[in-house]
Amino acid sequence: MSLLIERSGALASLQDGGRFGVRHLGVTQGGAADWLSQGWANWLLGNPLHAATVEITLGNFTVLAEADSCLAVCGADLGATLDGHPIAPGRSFIVRKGQQLVFNTPVKGVRAYLAAPGGFVAPQLLDSCATVRRESLGGLKGDGQPLAVGDRLSWDGEVAAPRELTSETCSALFSDTPLTVVLGAQIGDFSGQSLFDVFNCTWTIDQRADRMGIRLLGPVLRNSTRSMISEAVPLGAIQVPPDGQPIVLLNDRQTIGGYPRLGALTPLAVARLAQCKPGADVQLKPVALEVAQREHRKLLGNWQLGL
Amino acid sequence: MKPRIEVVGIDSLMLRLFEEIDEANMPWLLAAAQRLRDAFGAALIDLVPSYTTVLVHYDLAQLDDTEARKRIADALHELQPDASGQARELNIPVWYDPSVGPELESLGQRSGLGLSGVIERHSAHVYQVFALGFAPGFAFMGLVDECLASPRLQTPRKRVPAGSLGIADRQTAIYPLVSPGGWNLIGRSPTCLFDRNLDGYSIWQPGDRVRFQPIDHAEFIRLGGDDSPFEVTP
Repeated sequence: MSLLIERSGALASLQDGGRFGVRHLGVTQGGAADWLSQGWANWLLGNPLHAATVEITLGNFTVLAEADSCLAVCGADLGATLDGHPIAPGRSFIVRKGQQLVFNTPVKGVRAYLAAPGGFVAPQLLDSCATVRRESLGGLKGDGQPLAVGDRLSWDGEVAAPRELTSETCSALFSDTPLTVVLGAQIGDFSGQSLFDVFNCTWTIDQRADRMGIRLLGPVLRNSTRSMISEAVPLGAIQVPPDGQPIVLLNDRQTIGGYPRLGALTPLAVARLAQCKPGADVQLKPVALEVAQREHRKLLGNWQLGL
Repeated sequence: MKPRIEVVGIDSLMLRLFEEIDEANMPWLLAAAQRLRDAFGAALIDLVPSYTTVLVHYDLAQLDDTEARKRIADALHELQPDASGQARELNIPVWYDPSVGPELESLGQRSGLGLSGVIERHSAHVYQVFALGFAPGFAFMGLVDECLASPRLQTPRKRVPAGSLGIADRQTAIYPLVSPGGWNLIGRSPTCLFDRNLDGYSIWQPGDRVRFQPIDHAEFIRLGGDDSPFEVTP
Protein backbone atom coordinates (compact mmCIF):
# COMPACT_ATOMS: atom_id res chain seq x y z
CA MET A 1 0.00 0.00 0.00
CA SER A 2 1.34 3.39 -0.79
CA LEU A 3 0.95 7.15 -0.96
CA LEU A 4 2.34 9.12 -3.88
CA ILE A 5 3.76 12.49 -2.92
CA GLU A 6 2.28 15.15 -5.20
CA ARG A 7 3.58 18.25 -3.44
CA SER A 8 6.32 18.76 -0.88
CA GLY A 9 8.31 21.72 0.39
CA ALA A 10 11.72 20.83 1.79
CA LEU A 11 10.23 20.46 5.26
CA ALA A 12 8.58 17.05 5.19
CA SER A 13 10.76 14.15 6.25
CA LEU A 14 10.54 10.58 7.40
CA GLN A 15 11.21 10.33 11.14
CA ASP A 16 11.09 7.52 13.66
CA GLY A 17 12.26 7.62 17.29
CA GLY A 18 15.83 8.47 16.26
CA ARG A 19 19.32 6.94 16.32
CA PHE A 20 20.82 5.75 19.57
CA GLY A 21 24.04 4.10 20.66
CA VAL A 22 26.00 6.02 18.02
CA ARG A 23 26.45 9.47 19.56
CA HIS A 24 30.12 8.68 20.30
CA LEU A 25 30.67 8.50 16.52
CA GLY A 26 29.41 12.06 16.12
CA VAL A 27 26.07 10.84 14.75
CA THR A 28 23.15 12.91 15.99
CA GLN A 29 19.89 11.61 17.37
CA GLY A 30 17.40 12.73 14.73
CA GLY A 31 13.82 11.47 15.05
CA ALA A 32 10.53 13.27 15.61
CA ALA A 33 11.02 16.71 17.16
CA ASP A 34 7.60 16.37 18.80
CA TRP A 35 8.02 12.79 20.00
CA LEU A 36 4.73 12.93 21.86
CA SER A 37 2.58 13.64 18.81
CA GLN A 38 4.48 11.01 16.83
CA GLY A 39 3.77 8.52 19.61
CA TRP A 40 0.07 9.34 19.60
CA ALA A 41 -0.13 9.16 15.79
CA ASN A 42 1.29 5.65 15.99
CA TRP A 43 -0.88 4.76 18.96
CA LEU A 44 -3.99 5.62 16.96
CA LEU A 45 -3.10 2.82 14.55
CA GLY A 46 -1.83 0.35 17.14
CA ASN A 47 1.75 0.78 15.86
CA PRO A 48 4.95 0.62 17.87
CA LEU A 49 5.22 4.16 19.28
CA HIS A 50 8.42 4.98 17.41
CA ALA A 51 7.37 3.55 14.04
CA ALA A 52 8.36 5.68 11.05
CA THR A 53 6.04 8.63 10.45
CA VAL A 54 6.15 11.66 8.18
CA GLU A 55 7.02 14.85 10.03
CA ILE A 56 5.30 17.65 8.11
CA THR A 57 6.51 21.09 9.10
CA LEU A 58 4.33 24.11 8.24
CA GLY A 59 2.27 22.28 5.59
CA ASN A 60 2.73 22.49 1.81
CA PHE A 61 2.46 18.71 1.50
CA THR A 62 0.06 16.62 -0.58
CA VAL A 63 -0.22 12.86 -1.03
CA LEU A 64 -2.42 10.71 -3.25
CA ALA A 65 -3.69 7.39 -1.84
CA GLU A 66 -2.87 4.51 -4.17
CA ALA A 67 -4.90 1.98 -2.16
CA ASP A 68 -7.66 1.85 0.46
CA SER A 69 -6.25 2.02 3.97
CA CYS A 70 -6.36 3.75 7.32
CA LEU A 71 -4.04 6.63 8.32
CA ALA A 72 -3.64 8.86 11.38
CA VAL A 73 -2.56 12.46 11.96
CA CYS A 74 -1.41 14.01 15.23
CA GLY A 75 0.34 17.13 16.43
CA ALA A 76 -0.07 20.44 14.64
CA ASP A 77 -3.28 21.40 12.89
CA LEU A 78 -2.02 22.23 9.41
CA GLY A 79 -5.50 22.63 7.97
CA ALA A 80 -5.41 19.10 6.57
CA THR A 81 -8.14 17.94 4.21
CA LEU A 82 -9.04 14.63 2.58
CA ASP A 83 -10.65 15.36 -0.77
CA GLY A 84 -11.62 18.72 0.65
CA HIS A 85 -13.07 17.43 3.94
CA PRO A 86 -11.25 18.65 7.07
CA ILE A 87 -9.13 16.11 8.94
CA ALA A 88 -8.57 17.22 12.53
CA PRO A 89 -5.41 15.95 14.24
CA GLY A 90 -5.90 13.26 16.88
CA ARG A 91 -7.78 10.55 15.01
CA SER A 92 -7.32 7.73 12.56
CA PHE A 93 -9.36 7.81 9.34
CA ILE A 94 -10.14 5.70 6.30
CA VAL A 95 -8.69 6.71 2.96
CA ARG A 96 -9.85 5.35 -0.39
CA LYS A 97 -7.73 4.80 -3.43
CA GLY A 98 -7.53 8.02 -5.44
CA GLN A 99 -8.22 10.34 -2.52
CA GLN A 100 -5.97 13.31 -1.94
CA LEU A 101 -4.68 14.23 1.52
CA VAL A 102 -3.52 17.83 1.71
CA PHE A 103 -1.62 19.64 4.47
CA ASN A 104 -2.06 23.36 3.90
CA THR A 105 -0.79 25.97 6.34
CA PRO A 106 -0.44 26.10 10.13
CA VAL A 107 -3.64 26.69 12.09
CA LYS A 108 -2.18 25.58 15.43
CA GLY A 109 1.37 24.32 15.99
CA VAL A 110 3.93 23.70 13.24
CA ARG A 111 4.67 19.95 13.05
CA ALA A 112 2.11 17.32 12.10
CA TYR A 113 2.79 13.58 12.13
CA LEU A 114 1.27 11.29 9.53
CA ALA A 115 1.26 7.60 10.41
CA ALA A 116 0.32 4.47 8.46
CA PRO A 117 -0.41 0.92 9.65
CA GLY A 118 2.83 -0.67 10.88
CA GLY A 119 4.82 2.45 10.03
CA PHE A 120 6.29 3.61 6.72
CA VAL A 121 8.89 1.35 5.16
CA ALA A 122 12.41 2.75 4.75
CA PRO A 123 16.00 1.52 4.88
CA GLN A 124 17.45 1.26 8.37
CA LEU A 125 20.76 3.05 8.80
CA LEU A 126 22.30 2.60 12.23
CA ASP A 127 18.98 1.05 13.27
CA SER A 128 16.87 4.02 12.25
CA CYS A 129 15.32 5.68 9.22
CA ALA A 130 15.38 9.15 10.83
CA THR A 131 16.16 11.74 8.17
CA VAL A 132 19.13 13.97 9.00
CA ARG A 133 19.99 16.04 5.97
CA ARG A 134 23.22 17.44 7.41
CA GLU A 135 24.53 13.91 7.93
CA SER A 136 23.22 12.42 4.67
CA LEU A 137 21.54 9.72 6.73
CA GLY A 138 18.03 8.31 6.71
CA GLY A 139 14.85 8.94 4.77
CA LEU A 140 13.29 6.94 1.95
CA LYS A 141 16.57 6.37 0.12
CA GLY A 142 18.82 6.45 3.15
CA ASP A 143 20.68 9.53 1.91
CA GLY A 144 19.19 12.09 4.29
CA GLN A 145 17.03 13.82 1.70
CA PRO A 146 13.62 15.15 2.68
CA LEU A 147 10.51 13.79 0.95
CA ALA A 148 10.11 14.99 -2.61
CA VAL A 149 7.43 15.06 -5.29
CA GLY A 150 7.18 11.65 -6.94
CA ASP A 151 8.41 9.72 -3.90
CA ARG A 152 6.26 6.80 -2.75
CA LEU A 153 5.57 6.14 0.91
CA SER A 154 4.67 2.52 1.50
CA TRP A 155 3.64 0.34 4.44
CA ASP A 156 2.55 -3.21 4.99
CA GLY A 157 0.87 -3.30 8.41
CA GLU A 158 -2.65 -4.42 9.24
CA VAL A 159 -5.41 -1.85 9.48
CA ALA A 160 -6.60 -1.53 13.10
CA ALA A 161 -9.96 -0.38 14.47
CA PRO A 162 -10.34 3.42 14.30
CA ARG A 163 -9.23 5.34 17.38
CA GLU A 164 -9.59 8.91 18.49
CA LEU A 165 -7.87 11.02 21.14
CA THR A 166 -9.76 13.21 23.54
CA SER A 167 -9.56 16.92 22.85
CA GLU A 168 -7.77 17.38 26.20
CA THR A 169 -4.97 15.05 25.09
CA CYS A 170 -4.69 16.86 21.76
CA SER A 171 -4.60 20.32 23.28
CA ALA A 172 -2.24 19.46 26.19
CA LEU A 173 0.67 20.15 23.88
CA PHE A 174 -0.51 23.67 23.19
CA SER A 175 -1.03 24.91 26.74
CA ASP A 176 0.61 28.21 27.62
CA THR A 177 2.10 27.01 30.92
CA PRO A 178 5.87 27.56 31.25
CA LEU A 179 8.29 25.04 29.71
CA THR A 180 9.96 23.04 32.47
CA VAL A 181 13.75 22.98 32.81
CA VAL A 182 15.96 20.53 34.69
CA LEU A 183 18.78 22.72 35.99
CA GLY A 184 22.30 21.75 34.99
CA ALA A 185 25.51 21.81 36.98
CA GLN A 186 26.71 25.06 35.35
CA ILE A 187 23.68 27.01 36.54
CA GLY A 188 25.81 28.55 39.31
CA ASP A 189 28.07 30.17 36.72
CA PHE A 190 25.26 32.50 35.61
CA SER A 191 24.84 35.85 37.28
CA GLY A 192 22.05 36.33 39.81
CA GLN A 193 20.32 38.83 37.54
CA SER A 194 20.49 36.38 34.63
CA LEU A 195 19.01 33.59 36.71
CA PHE A 196 16.18 35.89 37.70
CA ASP A 197 15.63 36.90 34.08
CA VAL A 198 15.65 33.33 32.75
CA PHE A 199 12.67 32.33 34.82
CA ASN A 200 10.79 35.62 35.08
CA CYS A 201 11.00 37.11 31.62
CA THR A 202 9.18 36.12 28.48
CA TRP A 203 11.24 34.56 25.69
CA THR A 204 10.40 34.99 22.02
CA ILE A 205 11.03 32.22 19.50
CA ASP A 206 13.51 33.52 16.93
CA GLN A 207 13.27 33.01 13.17
CA ARG A 208 16.43 30.93 13.49
CA ALA A 209 14.60 27.77 14.46
CA ASP A 210 15.08 24.38 12.87
CA ARG A 211 15.57 20.75 13.80
CA MET A 212 19.06 21.50 15.17
CA GLY A 213 17.93 24.10 17.63
CA ILE A 214 15.65 26.98 18.49
CA ARG A 215 16.97 30.37 19.52
CA LEU A 216 15.18 32.32 22.22
CA LEU A 217 15.25 36.11 22.25
CA GLY A 218 15.07 38.07 25.49
CA PRO A 219 17.32 39.67 28.09
CA VAL A 220 21.04 39.04 27.63
CA LEU A 221 22.24 36.26 29.95
CA ARG A 222 25.70 36.50 31.46
CA ASN A 223 27.89 33.86 33.01
CA SER A 224 31.38 33.59 34.40
CA THR A 225 32.45 30.47 32.49
CA ARG A 226 35.78 31.42 30.89
CA SER A 227 36.17 28.81 28.20
CA MET A 228 34.63 25.40 28.19
CA ILE A 229 36.07 22.16 26.91
CA SER A 230 33.58 20.63 24.50
CA GLU A 231 31.42 17.88 25.91
CA ALA A 232 28.37 15.87 24.90
CA VAL A 233 25.07 17.74 24.99
CA PRO A 234 21.67 16.15 25.68
CA LEU A 235 18.37 16.73 23.91
CA GLY A 236 16.72 19.96 25.06
CA ALA A 237 19.97 21.42 26.42
CA ILE A 238 19.75 25.20 26.79
CA GLN A 239 23.14 26.55 25.80
CA VAL A 240 24.12 30.16 26.05
CA PRO A 241 26.66 31.41 23.50
CA PRO A 242 28.61 34.63 24.09
CA ASP A 243 25.77 36.81 22.74
CA GLY A 244 23.74 35.81 25.81
CA GLN A 245 20.73 34.54 23.85
CA PRO A 246 19.91 30.92 24.69
CA ILE A 247 19.59 28.17 22.11
CA VAL A 248 17.57 25.06 22.90
CA LEU A 249 19.19 22.09 21.18
CA LEU A 250 16.85 19.70 19.40
CA ASN A 251 17.08 16.33 17.69
CA ASP A 252 19.53 17.20 14.91
CA ARG A 253 21.96 19.09 17.19
CA GLN A 254 25.70 18.62 17.00
CA THR A 255 26.63 15.89 19.45
CA ILE A 256 29.19 17.88 21.43
CA GLY A 257 29.33 21.55 22.27
CA GLY A 258 31.36 24.05 24.21
CA TYR A 259 28.90 26.66 25.45
CA PRO A 260 27.73 26.88 29.05
CA ARG A 261 24.25 25.50 29.68
CA LEU A 262 21.43 26.45 31.99
CA GLY A 263 20.15 22.89 31.96
CA ALA A 264 17.82 21.02 29.67
CA LEU A 265 14.12 21.13 28.90
CA THR A 266 12.10 18.12 29.98
CA PRO A 267 10.99 15.85 27.10
CA LEU A 268 7.44 17.23 27.26
CA ALA A 269 8.79 20.78 27.08
CA VAL A 270 10.91 19.81 24.06
CA ALA A 271 7.81 18.49 22.29
CA ARG A 272 5.87 21.65 23.14
CA LEU A 273 8.69 23.93 22.00
CA ALA A 274 8.92 22.00 18.72
CA GLN A 275 5.34 23.12 18.05
CA CYS A 276 6.05 26.84 18.60
CA LYS A 277 6.10 29.28 15.70
CA PRO A 278 8.78 31.94 15.34
CA GLY A 279 7.49 35.04 17.11
CA ALA A 280 5.63 33.05 19.76
CA ASP A 281 6.35 33.76 23.42
CA VAL A 282 7.33 31.12 25.97
CA GLN A 283 8.30 31.11 29.61
CA LEU A 284 10.69 28.83 31.44
CA LYS A 285 10.28 27.25 34.87
CA PRO A 286 12.75 25.16 36.87
CA VAL A 287 11.60 21.73 37.99
CA ALA A 288 13.25 19.39 40.51
CA LEU A 289 14.83 16.38 38.84
CA GLU A 290 12.85 13.88 40.92
CA VAL A 291 9.59 15.60 40.04
CA ALA A 292 10.53 15.77 36.36
CA GLN A 293 11.39 12.06 36.27
CA ARG A 294 8.15 11.14 38.03
CA GLU A 295 6.05 13.30 35.70
CA HIS A 296 7.76 11.91 32.63
CA ARG A 297 7.11 8.32 33.72
CA LYS A 298 3.48 9.23 34.27
CA LEU A 299 3.34 10.69 30.78
CA LEU A 300 4.81 7.50 29.30
CA GLY A 301 2.24 5.53 31.29
CA ASN A 302 -0.52 7.27 29.33
CA TRP A 303 0.36 5.21 26.26
CA GLN A 304 -0.84 2.13 28.12
CA LEU A 305 -3.96 3.84 29.36
CA GLY A 306 -4.69 5.38 25.99
CA LEU A 307 -5.54 8.75 27.52
CA MET B 1 41.59 12.77 39.36
CA LYS B 2 38.49 13.69 41.34
CA PRO B 3 35.46 12.38 39.46
CA ARG B 4 32.27 14.41 39.70
CA ILE B 5 28.79 13.39 38.63
CA GLU B 6 26.69 16.28 37.31
CA VAL B 7 23.08 16.55 36.19
CA VAL B 8 22.76 17.62 32.56
CA GLY B 9 19.20 16.59 31.77
CA ILE B 10 16.26 14.51 32.88
CA ASP B 11 17.90 11.23 31.84
CA SER B 12 21.56 12.17 31.43
CA LEU B 13 24.45 12.47 33.86
CA MET B 14 27.88 13.87 33.10
CA LEU B 15 30.86 12.11 34.59
CA ARG B 16 33.62 14.71 34.83
CA LEU B 17 37.01 13.10 35.31
CA PHE B 18 39.45 15.88 34.41
CA GLU B 19 39.63 19.67 34.19
CA GLU B 20 42.17 20.06 31.39
CA ILE B 21 42.75 18.54 27.95
CA ASP B 22 45.57 16.00 28.15
CA GLU B 23 46.53 13.02 26.01
CA ALA B 24 46.98 11.07 29.24
CA ASN B 25 43.24 11.42 29.96
CA MET B 26 42.16 9.05 27.26
CA PRO B 27 43.18 5.69 28.82
CA TRP B 28 41.18 6.69 31.92
CA LEU B 29 38.17 7.81 29.92
CA LEU B 30 38.22 4.59 27.90
CA ALA B 31 38.42 2.50 31.04
CA ALA B 32 35.55 4.43 32.59
CA ALA B 33 33.49 4.09 29.41
CA GLN B 34 33.95 0.31 29.39
CA ARG B 35 33.00 0.00 33.06
CA LEU B 36 29.95 2.20 32.52
CA ARG B 37 28.80 0.13 29.54
CA ASP B 38 28.99 -2.98 31.69
CA ALA B 39 27.32 -1.33 34.69
CA PHE B 40 24.36 0.06 32.74
CA GLY B 41 23.85 -2.80 30.29
CA ALA B 42 20.49 -2.61 28.57
CA ALA B 43 19.59 0.54 30.52
CA LEU B 44 22.23 2.50 28.60
CA ILE B 45 20.99 4.58 25.67
CA ASP B 46 24.19 6.44 24.77
CA LEU B 47 27.66 6.89 26.18
CA VAL B 48 29.65 9.81 24.84
CA PRO B 49 33.27 10.41 25.87
CA SER B 50 34.83 13.79 25.12
CA TYR B 51 38.23 15.16 26.29
CA THR B 52 37.53 15.24 30.03
CA THR B 53 34.02 13.83 30.40
CA VAL B 54 31.72 10.91 29.68
CA LEU B 55 28.01 11.58 29.16
CA VAL B 56 25.76 8.77 30.36
CA HIS B 57 22.31 8.81 28.77
CA TYR B 58 20.22 6.17 30.50
CA ASP B 59 16.74 4.76 30.02
CA LEU B 60 14.38 6.51 32.39
CA ALA B 61 11.90 3.68 32.03
CA GLN B 62 14.43 1.39 33.74
CA LEU B 63 16.40 3.61 36.14
CA ASP B 64 15.96 6.77 38.15
CA ASP B 65 18.60 9.32 39.12
CA THR B 66 19.50 7.61 42.39
CA GLU B 67 20.06 4.22 40.77
CA ALA B 68 21.98 5.76 37.84
CA ARG B 69 24.33 7.59 40.22
CA LYS B 70 24.87 4.41 42.19
CA ARG B 71 25.81 2.51 39.04
CA ILE B 72 28.28 5.19 38.03
CA ALA B 73 29.87 5.22 41.47
CA ASP B 74 30.15 1.42 41.42
CA ALA B 75 31.64 1.49 37.93
CA LEU B 76 34.37 3.86 39.04
CA HIS B 77 35.42 1.76 42.02
CA GLU B 78 39.20 1.21 41.83
CA LEU B 79 39.28 2.34 38.23
CA GLN B 80 42.53 1.68 36.41
CA PRO B 81 43.51 3.27 33.11
CA ASP B 82 43.05 1.12 30.05
CA ALA B 83 46.66 0.34 29.19
CA SER B 84 46.15 -2.77 27.10
CA GLY B 85 43.90 -0.88 24.82
CA GLN B 86 40.63 -1.30 23.16
CA ALA B 87 42.36 1.68 21.58
CA ARG B 88 43.65 0.94 18.13
CA GLU B 89 46.44 2.64 16.25
CA LEU B 90 45.53 3.82 12.77
CA ASN B 91 47.70 4.96 9.91
CA ILE B 92 46.02 7.59 7.78
CA PRO B 93 47.65 8.54 4.48
CA VAL B 94 47.72 12.27 3.74
CA TRP B 95 48.82 14.19 0.68
CA TYR B 96 50.21 17.38 2.21
CA ASP B 97 50.13 19.88 -0.63
CA PRO B 98 49.25 23.58 -1.06
CA SER B 99 46.77 22.77 -3.85
CA VAL B 100 44.56 20.90 -1.37
CA GLY B 101 45.87 22.54 1.79
CA PRO B 102 45.59 26.30 1.28
CA GLU B 103 47.08 27.17 4.69
CA LEU B 104 50.12 24.90 4.36
CA GLU B 105 52.46 27.55 2.97
CA SER B 106 51.48 30.32 5.36
CA LEU B 107 51.89 27.92 8.27
CA GLY B 108 55.35 27.01 6.96
CA GLN B 109 56.32 30.67 6.92
CA ARG B 110 54.77 31.60 10.24
CA SER B 111 56.30 28.66 12.10
CA GLY B 112 59.67 29.10 10.39
CA LEU B 113 59.64 25.38 9.64
CA GLY B 114 59.02 25.71 5.91
CA LEU B 115 56.71 23.46 3.99
CA SER B 116 58.61 20.22 4.54
CA GLY B 117 59.19 21.11 8.18
CA VAL B 118 55.47 21.45 8.80
CA ILE B 119 54.78 18.11 7.13
CA GLU B 120 57.51 16.43 9.11
CA ARG B 121 56.37 17.89 12.42
CA HIS B 122 52.67 17.21 11.86
CA SER B 123 53.19 13.60 10.79
CA ALA B 124 55.73 12.78 13.50
CA HIS B 125 53.25 12.71 16.36
CA VAL B 126 50.86 9.92 17.29
CA TYR B 127 47.60 11.72 18.03
CA GLN B 128 44.81 10.78 20.40
CA VAL B 129 41.21 10.86 19.25
CA PHE B 130 39.61 12.94 22.03
CA ALA B 131 36.05 12.99 20.75
CA LEU B 132 33.89 12.64 17.66
CA GLY B 133 31.48 15.43 16.94
CA PHE B 134 30.59 18.36 14.66
CA ALA B 135 29.68 15.77 12.01
CA PRO B 136 29.59 11.96 11.82
CA GLY B 137 33.16 10.63 11.90
CA PHE B 138 34.73 14.06 12.56
CA ALA B 139 37.48 13.18 15.06
CA PHE B 140 39.01 15.87 17.24
CA MET B 141 42.65 14.83 17.63
CA GLY B 142 45.62 16.27 19.48
CA LEU B 143 47.74 17.59 20.63
CA VAL B 144 49.44 19.34 17.74
CA ASP B 145 52.99 20.62 18.33
CA GLU B 146 52.79 24.15 19.76
CA CYS B 147 54.65 25.67 16.84
CA LEU B 148 51.91 24.41 14.48
CA ALA B 149 49.02 25.67 16.60
CA SER B 150 46.83 28.01 14.54
CA PRO B 151 43.65 29.88 15.42
CA ARG B 152 40.54 29.12 13.40
CA LEU B 153 39.95 31.20 10.26
CA GLN B 154 38.18 34.50 10.90
CA THR B 155 35.55 33.56 8.35
CA PRO B 156 34.77 29.86 8.00
CA ARG B 157 34.70 28.45 4.47
CA LYS B 158 31.28 27.60 3.16
CA ARG B 159 32.54 24.42 1.57
CA VAL B 160 35.45 22.27 2.70
CA PRO B 161 36.05 19.17 0.52
CA ALA B 162 35.79 15.72 2.09
CA GLY B 163 39.14 14.40 3.29
CA SER B 164 40.58 17.84 4.10
CA LEU B 165 43.06 17.78 6.97
CA GLY B 166 42.99 20.81 9.21
CA ILE B 167 44.44 22.38 12.34
CA ALA B 168 42.61 24.52 14.88
CA ASP B 169 44.58 25.64 17.92
CA ARG B 170 46.37 22.49 19.07
CA GLN B 171 43.89 20.12 17.50
CA THR B 172 43.83 18.42 14.17
CA ALA B 173 41.01 16.72 12.26
CA ILE B 174 39.87 15.51 8.86
CA TYR B 175 36.49 16.55 7.44
CA PRO B 176 34.77 13.22 6.64
CA LEU B 177 32.15 14.82 4.40
CA VAL B 178 31.87 18.06 2.48
CA SER B 179 30.85 20.70 5.00
CA PRO B 180 31.40 24.28 6.07
CA GLY B 181 34.51 24.70 8.20
CA GLY B 182 36.95 27.14 9.74
CA TRP B 183 40.04 25.02 10.29
CA ASN B 184 43.43 25.72 8.67
CA LEU B 185 43.78 23.19 5.86
CA ILE B 186 47.15 21.59 5.18
CA GLY B 187 46.42 18.48 3.13
CA ARG B 188 43.92 15.87 2.06
CA SER B 189 43.44 12.19 2.82
CA PRO B 190 42.05 9.66 0.33
CA THR B 191 40.73 7.50 3.18
CA CYS B 192 37.00 7.13 3.64
CA LEU B 193 36.33 7.95 7.29
CA PHE B 194 32.60 7.56 7.67
CA ASP B 195 30.39 5.58 5.37
CA ARG B 196 27.47 3.25 5.71
CA ASN B 197 29.55 0.60 3.89
CA LEU B 198 32.27 0.68 6.54
CA ASP B 199 32.01 -1.84 9.33
CA GLY B 200 30.70 0.19 12.25
CA TYR B 201 30.33 3.23 9.93
CA SER B 202 33.28 5.11 11.40
CA ILE B 203 36.92 4.09 11.04
CA TRP B 204 37.76 5.54 14.44
CA GLN B 205 36.42 6.00 17.93
CA PRO B 206 37.38 8.13 20.92
CA GLY B 207 40.62 6.87 22.42
CA ASP B 208 42.11 5.56 19.16
CA ARG B 209 45.65 6.65 18.28
CA VAL B 210 46.33 8.08 14.86
CA ARG B 211 49.46 8.60 12.82
CA PHE B 212 49.40 10.56 9.57
CA GLN B 213 51.51 9.12 6.83
CA PRO B 214 52.67 11.58 4.15
CA ILE B 215 52.07 10.31 0.61
CA ASP B 216 52.77 11.81 -2.79
CA HIS B 217 50.29 12.74 -5.46
CA ALA B 218 50.58 9.45 -7.36
CA GLU B 219 49.88 7.43 -4.22
CA PHE B 220 47.00 9.76 -3.31
CA ILE B 221 45.39 9.09 -6.69
CA ARG B 222 46.14 5.37 -6.50
CA LEU B 223 44.28 5.26 -3.17
CA GLY B 224 41.26 6.88 -4.77
CA GLY B 225 41.82 10.47 -3.64
CA ASP B 226 40.12 13.39 -5.36
CA ASP B 227 42.76 16.00 -6.24
CA SER B 228 40.41 18.75 -7.44
CA PRO B 229 42.22 21.94 -6.52
CA PHE B 230 40.86 24.02 -3.73
CA GLU B 231 38.38 26.72 -4.63
CA VAL B 232 40.10 29.93 -3.67
CA THR B 233 36.96 31.92 -2.96
CA PRO B 234 35.49 30.83 0.34
